[in-house]
Amino acid sequence: MILSVASGKGGTGKTTVATNIALSIGNAQFLDCDVEEPNANIFLHANITEQEDIFVSIPEIDPKKCDYCGKCSEFCAYNALAVVRSTVLVFPELCHSCGGCELVCPKDAITWKERVIGRIEHGQTKGIDFYHGILNLGEAQAIPVIKALKRKIDKNKDVILDVPPGTSCPVIESITGSDYCILVTEPTPFGLHDLKLAVEVVRHLSIPFGVVINRDGIGDERVEMYCQKENIPVLLKIPERKKIALLYSKGIALVKEAYEWHEMFGLMFNRIREEVKK
Amino acid sequence: MKELTVISGKGGTGKTSITAAFAALAKDAVFADCDVDAADLHLILKPTIKKTMKFPGLKIASIDKTLCIDCKKCHDSCRFHAIGEDIQLIRESCEGCGVCAYVCPVNAITMVDRDSGFAYLSETRFGPMAHAVLHTAEEASGKLVTVVRNNASDLAKQQKKNLIIIDGPPGIGCPVISSITGVDLVLIVTEPTLTAIHDFERIFGVAQHFHTPAVVCINKATINPENTSKIEQYCKKNTIMIVGKLPYDTTITKAMIHEQSIIEFSDGILTQKIRDMWSKILEVLNANG
Repeated sequence: MILSVASGKGGTGKTTVATNIALSIGNAQFLDCDVEEPNANIFLHANITEQEDIFVSIPEIDPKKCDYCGKCSEFCAYNALAVVRSTVLVFPELCHSCGGCELVCPKDAITWKERVIGRIEHGQTKGIDFYHGILNLGEAQAIPVIKALKRKIDKNKDVILDVPPGTSCPVIESITGSDYCILVTEPTPFGLHDLKLAVEVVRHLSIPFGVVINRDGIGDERVEMYCQKENIPVLLKIPERKKIALLYSKGIALVKEAYEWHEMFGLMFNRIREEVKK
Repeated sequence: MKELTVISGKGGTGKTSITAAFAALAKDAVFADCDVDAADLHLILKPTIKKTMKFPGLKIASIDKTLCIDCKKCHDSCRFHAIGEDIQLIRESCEGCGVCAYVCPVNAITMVDRDSGFAYLSETRFGPMAHAVLHTAEEASGKLVTVVRNNASDLAKQQKKNLIIIDGPPGIGCPVISSITGVDLVLIVTEPTLTAIHDFERIFGVAQHFHTPAVVCINKATINPENTSKIEQYCKKNTIMIVGKLPYDTTITKAMIHEQSIIEFSDGILTQKIRDMWSKILEVLNANG
């Protein structure tokens, strides 16, 4: 089963939920898809033993062949090429590697070179096969790193995906193909507003889902009322406690502190598995 | 005209609550919500929309099956796997490059505007605001951020405002880069958790990469004093100015529940500290010429 843990709003507790589930069930694969800010290993402590660079292709212009006709820059939908008199400027961060410039070039002056935009790291921890992606600083496009990460999915295992916040392309790329999605929220107006956006996304992709309410007690009842009205199961509530916040701040997983958490996250996982089997 | 962007790397450190407080304190400012993925600033500022503009985003392929000769050139050429074997478009995968339309020998494919969202020009009780929504499962949030920033800048020119306060998105990728490039100052809101510290160091690296001056606010500083001093040491080592150290205080959540900025909601210690922080930020902004 592929289980992704997402939220519209950032900082609601995705990583807390994803890592605690993984630690409760053991023998799982864990992919941290929040390649812009990967944090799961702060809680999982996997010993990284392998890494691979992630490349994208960007155009390289042969100045001997190029006659600066400007067709490539005209075609490029991302403004990644500009022809200024007798130079072609390439803006690598803007390039989507679509290949269009090469197709339209009448002089065959365009070839491709590889550029590193990030890396994937792999390691083991407590029976968990751990991967995370890391986007290099200053890079704009998380998608190629997430795609490379998802190619590591082992369908014979239970796979937990820690998804980036938001609702746009990196989120869609991460959760597509999941059997179930947990949406983590907090009982505040921001939490509710962004939960509604996240619900639209999972419904759009037809992925079954349920909600975890984190920092329960800090706000009001509107998130629960919304879930009730929309018939969305509330899978778990994590109370607002100073102790929990302190553990989190130190990078200590809840399941390590009290066995009851081990049980609760494990039970939630089993409930989801039953749901998916149906 | 000056631009200040509030960012954090990690989500949920308090960017929007702090931006809303600044909105209440600032005189003569325009506000821009550049977290177009999951915009929340409007929940506090309650803007009255004056003008709505369509955001076309990137183009999208439109296939006329009556002209298609099933040569599959488009399918073979698409690097994004957005056209299936059956020559059906997979909307979520199309990045609007136009390669399919170019290779089609019978002109069955045209690139059309995509309806990706809306950009708004609004008025709030504190001043004008630019914001936007991105439709479900749409792309190009970086491009929409640029639209919002341009709109905010137009509003500032029209209404003779000298400051734009931008609520930025979490992360370090495309919408974040669009939110911080060329601004006068970024405020990084962090908190004393190992995750937030990790993310703070990465977002600070991004700000440096784009040569954007940065100052720091340590929010919820009392949660873990040991980690707070780690942040202070890091800032000292990298000569980053800490403009505010705010205690953990649920008043800010209560203000949010009442859909108010903390400045309007309470006169307590946190409000005072945010006022002090705002004065320091203005000093830095003005000192930078």
